[in-house]
Amino acid sequence: MVAQNIVFGVLAVAMGLAAIRVVTTKNVVHAALYLVVVLAGVAALYILLAAEFIAVVQVIIYIGAIVLLILFGTMLTRAPIGRASDLDNDQRWLGVVVALLLLGVMGSVLADAFGSTKLPKAPQIQRTGDVGLSIFQTYVVPFEVVSVLLLAALVGAVVIARRD
Amino acid sequence: MLAAGDPLFADGVDLTVVLIVIAKTVVVFGAMLVSVLLLIWFERKLVADMQARIGPNRAGKFGVLQTLADGIKLFFKEDFLPTQADRRVYRLAPYLATVPAFLSFAIVPIGGTVTIAGHQTRLQLADPPVGILFLLAMSSIAVYGVMLAGWSSGSKYPLLGAVRGSAQMVSYEAALGLSTVAVVLVTGSLLTSDIVAGQSGEGLFGIIPNWNVLRLGFIPFVVFFIAGTAESNRPPFDLVEAEQELVGGFHTEYSALRFALFFLAEFMNTITISAIMVTLFLGGPSGPGPDSGLIGALLPVFWFLLKVFAMLCVFVWLRATLPRFRYDRLMDLGWKKLIPLSLAWLLIQAAFLVDVKWGIVVFTGAAVMGVLLWRAMEVGHGATEHEAPAPPKFQEVR
Repeated sequence: MVAQNIVFGVLAVAMGLAAIRVVTTKNVVHAALYLVVVLAGVAALYILLAAEFIAVVQVIIYIGAIVLLILFGTMLTRAPIGRASDLDNDQRWLGVVVALLLLGVMGSVLADAFGSTKLPKAPQIQRTGDVGLSIFQTYVVPFEVVSVLLLAALVGAVVIARRD
Repeated sequence: MLAAGDPLFADGVDLTVVLIVIAKTVVVFGAMLVSVLLLIWFERKLVADMQARIGPNRAGKFGVLQTLADGIKLFFKEDFLPTQADRRVYRLAPYLATVPAFLSFAIVPIGGTVTIAGHQTRLQLADPPVGILFLLAMSSIAVYGVMLAGWSSGSKYPLLGAVRGSAQMVSYEAALGLSTVAVVLVTGSLLTSDIVAGQSGEGLFGIIPNWNVLRLGFIPFVVFFIAGTAESNRPPFDLVEAEQELVGGFHTEYSALRFALFFLAEFMNTITISAIMVTLFLGGPSGPGPDSGLIGALLPVFWFLLKVFAMLCVFVWLRATLPRFRYDRLMDLGWKKLIPLSLAWLLIQAAFLVDVKWGIVVFTGAAVMGVLLWRAMEVGHGATEHEAPAPPKFQEVR
């Protein structure tokens, strides 16, 4: 387990530094690339927990789709090379407050649910089939609810983007 | 079994295992580089033959060393960095294109199982439990190479090529994934070794092979073939480069070794997508022959290489034959034809797996829906046609 702790430490430091750079860098595209580093670190953490399927899905969805669409959007509108001066605005303190609130909510939820649970000594390998079965049997109703929510977002995007 | 089903090496590793893994990696990487050299030569020669030209014929016998000469030339050229470029990203981009192209080949089974120094090992670089999903992850990372190369050049043609190209790659990734799901559905496993093993038995009448291309009814294979061609930016889907419109596309500003890396990535992708297609649909290394002894170990590798070579010939043939797609047609084909087609076929296939009765019901339903949808689109086109503005007439010059 020592090796895993060392790997976790390295990953955590790299992710923390990259996350700070996401908000301090003066270039939109660089910020998106630092975000890719953070998300890749999350995928690596999943691999460390032997949850390979979730790790690969993290790469496909977050790195391969979401950040790519962010980059795509900025490049279609404006993505200047070099430092931009108008990236900061006076709402940063509001942002700090919201971030701290989010941290509090998520932290308390996590501590409430898993506070006293300990990881088993031997790594439990999560098979893709197990993940699929638990989604489509145990959690099928939340899954369908999320699907309908995504469909609503999709329809909303089409309505906004329509010209007439 | 070496590293199979054990991503963390929880049982521990010893020196032999590490050496075997390193040796396999080095051999596969070297073989990939050599085959890229040969493929570029082969493509130029075959396209030249098809166009009644001679092609490269100076360096070596039949010009076979031409690519090596080109590579050495590019290696010694000056590496040019545009003043407007974003330095770090500009330097990073070629590697983001090359590394995923090589990595996705790692999951391809090249042959059966062999024993080296008391260790059983598959002739396959890696066999992760997520299997074929790894290919999709790598192809989504490869988009970054094209996109960042275009943006960081600080020039308008590369940016246009990159925006075009990444939109194309993201669009066709969906069709690529959906046609892969069809294979996973009949195999019941994501592992590439299981996908190959599932196709190895005897098929109908003992003569026709049990390959997925036949078992799945051709449509997923065709969809995967088209989407894979678009994903690796091969002609007729090479809108990223489009010399006639965009100078050179996303790598206009690149020169010397960095340009060579993009070239390497493109041809590596061609080989990888051929190998993946052979794995998913054409039975991988399976073929007739004895199972044991030296011949039993080498014959599967021969069948695999033969099939990949056949696929590569088709790719070269396509390049010599088909003109480039127009951009709106490309998006039409991807979103309005390939994705609905593969979704409907997936539904039919799942129904047939449950029961033949269900399969027939869903098939009939899909056919009726398809005809109705087509008719509705025809009516829609007919209704808007007379309202559309007439094409502008040329004014007479006085």
